[in-house]
Amino acid sequence: MGRPSPLYFASRLSDFYNTRIYLKREDLNHTGAHKINNTVGQILIAKRLDKSRIIAETGAGQHGVATATVCALMGMKCIVYMGQTDIKRQSPNVLRMKMLGAEVVPVTSGNKTLKDATNEAIRDWISNPIDTHYIIGSVVGPHPYPDLVARLQSVISEEMKFQVKEVSGKDDPDYIIACVGGGSNAIGSFYHYLDNEQVKLIAVEAGGKGIESGETAATMATGRPGVIHGSKTMLMQTDDGQITEPYSISAGLDYPGIGPVHSYLHKIKRVVFDNVNDDEALEAAFRLTRLEGIVPALESAHALAWLGKHQFRKNDVVIVTISGRGDKDMDTYNKYMGEIVSRRLR
Amino acid sequence: MNRIDKLFREKKGTILSVYFTAGYPRLDSTAGIIEALADAGADMIEIGMPFSDPVADGPVIQYSSEMALRNGMNLKLLFDQLSEIRDDVKIPLLLMGYLNPVMQFGVENFCRECTRTGIDGVILPDLPPIVYKEEYFSIFNVYDLYNILLISPQSSVERITAIDKISRGFVYMVSSSSVTGSKGNFSDDQISYFKRVSEMKLRNPVLIGFGISNHETFIDAGKFARGGIIGSAFVNILEQDGNDFENINQFIKEIRG
Repeated sequence: MGRPSPLYFASRLSDFYNTRIYLKREDLNHTGAHKINNTVGQILIAKRLDKSRIIAETGAGQHGVATATVCALMGMKCIVYMGQTDIKRQSPNVLRMKMLGAEVVPVTSGNKTLKDATNEAIRDWISNPIDTHYIIGSVVGPHPYPDLVARLQSVISEEMKFQVKEVSGKDDPDYIIACVGGGSNAIGSFYHYLDNEQVKLIAVEAGGKGIESGETAATMATGRPGVIHGSKTMLMQTDDGQITEPYSISAGLDYPGIGPVHSYLHKIKRVVFDNVNDDEALEAAFRLTRLEGIVPALESAHALAWLGKHQFRKNDVVIVTISGRGDKDMDTYNKYMGEIVSRRLR
Repeated sequence: MNRIDKLFREKKGTILSVYFTAGYPRLDSTAGIIEALADAGADMIEIGMPFSDPVADGPVIQYSSEMALRNGMNLKLLFDQLSEIRDDVKIPLLLMGYLNPVMQFGVENFCRECTRTGIDGVILPDLPPIVYKEEYFSIFNVYDLYNILLISPQSSVERITAIDKISRGFVYMVSSSSVTGSKGNFSDDQISYFKRVSEMKLRNPVLIGFGISNHETFIDAGKFARGGIIGSAFVNILEQDGNDFENINQFIKEIRG
C-alpha cells in the first residue's frame, strides 16, 4: 500500500510561509488517504474473529473505498452506509466502491451525512452480531474502537520518528498539524509525540461558514460533553441534549462529535484545537496545488489553511499531514476555481 | 414500595407493558395516552423520551421520535405534562430513552423530577451497566428510582448474572439481536434463549421486549418470562387525527386475546 509514506519537503510552500514545511503524504497511499491504514488492520482482525460480512459507514467515501478495497482483497461481503447528501457530493468514491463489489446503502435519515450513516451501521451491527464485523472509520464509537483505530493509524507518526531526522536534520519537529473530524489522521500523526512536550500539536476542525454562523462542524469550539455512538466526548448539541446537524464543505469532517481521546487531549491542553472556515480551506487547497503540484483532499486543506493563521520562525520544522488526495473533491474545486484563483492567490 | 415491585408481587397473569413516544402523535398527547392505556388494562407504561439519534430503534420509533422532537417535546415539558398524572394513574410508569438528554438535564435533577411526578423506573439502553454502577447507582438509589438494564441473546451468563445483581424491579430481556420493531413470531433459537435465561433463576423477574407485536408473541412471552413489552406495534396505531382512545382499547384487547 506504499508505506512508509514520504515526508516531503515543500520548498515553494515553505518560501511562501517563510518557514520549513514538510508534508506527510498519506495522500499517496493506495486508495488515496490514510483510511487504508485502519482497514488493513481491521480486516485481519475480522478474519481472526471468523467474520464473513463487513459493514462500514462513510462520509467523504474514503473510508468506504478503503473498506471495500480490503474486502475485495479478502473476498468478504461488504456493505457501506453512506448519507444521501454525501453520495451526491462524493460520487467518484461511490462508483469506486461499487466497482470494488461493495453494496452502498443510501441513508436518508437526519441530515443524510456521516452521523446518520454511523447510526445506520450501528443498527445493522446490533441486528447482525454473529457473522458481521463493523469496520468503523475513525477514533469514535464504543470501546475499543477509539483505541483500536488510534493504534492502527499510529503508523503515521511512527514513520515520522525516523523520517524527520533524515529530511530536516532535526531530531523532532516543532509542529505537527492535522485536520480533525472524528480525528483518526490527527491522532495517528500525534500518537508517538504525545509524551514529547517540545512538539506542538495542532488539530484543525472544520469551521464551516464560521463558528458563529450555526453552520459549522467545529466540535471543540461549539460543543460540550455528551454521549454519541457509545463515546462520552465533546458533542455539538442543543440545550436539551439533542445532537445537532454539523455542516462543512468537507464531507469527511462533517461529524458532530469528536474522538474521545481528542476531548481528553484538549482538556489537558496537550493539543491545540483551532478551526478554519470553508473559504480558507479552499484557498489553501488551491495554494498547495499551484505551488507544489499536489491536489489535497478538502479535509487536508483545513490543516494547510492553519499555516496562514500562525507566525512560524524561519527555522521551525512544521509537519502538515496531507490525509488524502483531492480527486474526489474535483466537483467542489471546479465550482470555486474561477473565484479563488483570480481573487485570492494573486 | 416501588409500584414495579408491587405489580410483580401481586399480578397473577401475564404482565403487559406498553411503550409510546412522548409528544407523538401530538405534543400534548402524553397524558391522554397514559390514561387510555391504564383504562384499557395495560399493567405498566414506558414513556419514550425522544432523541435525535435513536440507534437501538427501528423505523417506527425513529419516526415517532423525529416527529415528537419536531412537535417540540423535551424533558422539561414532559415532566410538566406528567405533573398531575398520579391523580388518576396508579400503574407503574417508566421513562425510556437515551443517555445524552438525561445527562444534559442533569442526572440528579432528572431523578428528582422523576420522584416528583411519580416515575418508578428508567430504561436507558445506551447506559452501560458498569458506568451506571460506578457513576449513577448511588444517585438513583437516593430517589428509589429503578434503572432497568437489558440483556440480549449475545449476553454471557456472567454478564446476565452481573446485571441481575445490580438490577432492581425487573430485567429487560431483548428477544433477538435486533433494533425495535416486529419480526413476526419467535424462532426456535429465540425460544431456546428464553429457556436458557429462564433456567438461570434470576433474582429479578424478567420481561421480554423488542419484537413483541401480537397476541401470539405476547402469550409466548408469558410462558418464558413474567410478561412482554410492546412498543413499535403500539406506536404504529397512533394516528395524527385518529380516535386514539378507541384504538388503544381495541389494541390492548387484541393483544391480551
